[in-house]
Amino acid sequence: MEYIFHITILISIYGILALAQNLVMGSAGLLTIAGAAFYGIGAYTAAILATAFGFNIFTTLIIAPIVAGLIALGIGISFARFRDDYFLLATLGFLMIFNTVVRNWENVTGGSFGIAGIPKPHIFSLTFDTPFSFLVLALIVLFIVIGICYFISRSSFGRVLNAIREDEDALKIFGYKTSTYKLMVFVIGAMLSSLGGVLLASYITFIDANLFTVNESILLWAMIILGGIAKNRGALLGALLLITIPEALRFFGFPNEIAGLMRQCIYGLLLVFLMLYRPKGILGQYKL
Amino acid sequence: MKNILETKELIKSFGGVHAVDHLSVNIQEGQITGLVGPNGSGKTTLINLLSGFSLHDGGSVFFGGAERKKITPWENQIYNITRTFQQIKLFDQMSVLDNILVIITERNPFLALFERHSKYHISQAEDILKQVDLFEKRFHNAGELSYGQKKLLEIGRVLAMDTKIILFDEPFAGLFPEIIKKIENIIKALKQEGKTIVLVEHNMNIIRNLCDHLIVMDAGKLLAEGHPEKVLTERVVLEAYLGE
Repeated sequence: MEYIFHITILISIYGILALAQNLVMGSAGLLTIAGAAFYGIGAYTAAILATAFGFNIFTTLIIAPIVAGLIALGIGISFARFRDDYFLLATLGFLMIFNTVVRNWENVTGGSFGIAGIPKPHIFSLTFDTPFSFLVLALIVLFIVIGICYFISRSSFGRVLNAIREDEDALKIFGYKTSTYKLMVFVIGAMLSSLGGVLLASYITFIDANLFTVNESILLWAMIILGGIAKNRGALLGALLLITIPEALRFFGFPNEIAGLMRQCIYGLLLVFLMLYRPKGILGQYKL
Repeated sequence: MKNILETKELIKSFGGVHAVDHLSVNIQEGQITGLVGPNGSGKTTLINLLSGFSLHDGGSVFFGGAERKKITPWENQIYNITRTFQQIKLFDQMSVLDNILVIITERNPFLALFERHSKYHISQAEDILKQVDLFEKRFHNAGELSYGQKKLLEIGRVLAMDTKIILFDEPFAGLFPEIIKKIENIIKALKQEGKTIVLVEHNMNIIRNLCDHLIVMDAGKLLAEGHPEKVLTERVVLEAYLGE
């Protein structure tokens, strides 16, 4: 049963990350590979505040989105002139800078040793230290994120994001300052991603830079493309499938190290297959 | 009639090519002004400059007598101007209804975040779609429409914007006579409402039928202007544009 809880916690965390990625990339069409960086910013903010300053993880669930949001605001303003593949390359550059900083800023991030001993969340006398209790917390955060994503996608703001994805130049003519919309959704996406990072840090109690590489961002891409771009349900389905399918490999008797490599192959093959035969994904109605 | 839109010595170059070359023209309020010229004469470039789709290199543009030094497209609503595109630019993977709703809902992103489209918005959008005969297609994606229907949806977006100045860039190109008639009637109705219209068009019958004033461009320059019947008989126009 604990294994089921563990998998469901991972699905919840990746569900949050996929929803955030979908908001930025699926709804607004911003090709970003910085998802893992904001996820990492959330994780490191929680880890540093909890281990070095004794903050409760619940408090970091509030502080981490603020930190990630402010960084995203700076990055978004700096990258405002970039579009499409230029924006993609710029966000890749940001992810590489983030990864290099956390690998080398040993005093703060622990460098390549990472940060261990990240506490579980606790409130009053209740500590979320069992898989079940942590699952409840992860699901609560997931449902909050789902609520935010649906709130945005059903608003006029969400419709404008879709129009930006379709034809930003045409939309501008109708009186929209699209750069503000893009900046806002980039910041909101970063804030939501950071929540996934906080949960991950507290759940596995140890983080290092290897968790927040370009592979993680590609995994998030694969999730939203598989599930269906610009669909919140699609992002959740993508997270569900891409967490459970590789786990299933364990039952085919693959050793852990082979299963890990197979997982990367599966993500890559799925992306190629989907681009060829189902660019809109399983539940999607849109293609990039 | 007063000038609502005016260019003075307007310049736009692409590399060494002067697409708009020291062009000075006046657009009068409440009139339909035709804009004609051979391919590459700078008509669409002029529309792009007036709508902020591209920035001018020199000269001045005046809206209602006030100069707009830098024309940014997101200020078009403030300056009461909108346009259609020669090559249709719809939001293809959004419904026909959403293509209109996005025009009539909140522009401010913070307010838009908390705005849900209301019955009022739906009713307004549906009324516009009825005017352009697309009500039945309102739940279809814009990309699924036929070419003529796409042109009509572009016109619908213009109606939704409800601005004083409308720039139509070849709205009749490639259309069946039935749809041409429909769009002609819409443009006439817009004029009746007091709108100022600039119409880029190659069909001289349509120009004669609709326009109060005609501007002829060639190689980015003003070749002739005046009443269509008079301008279209000028030797310089016949030679340069009609090849007669």
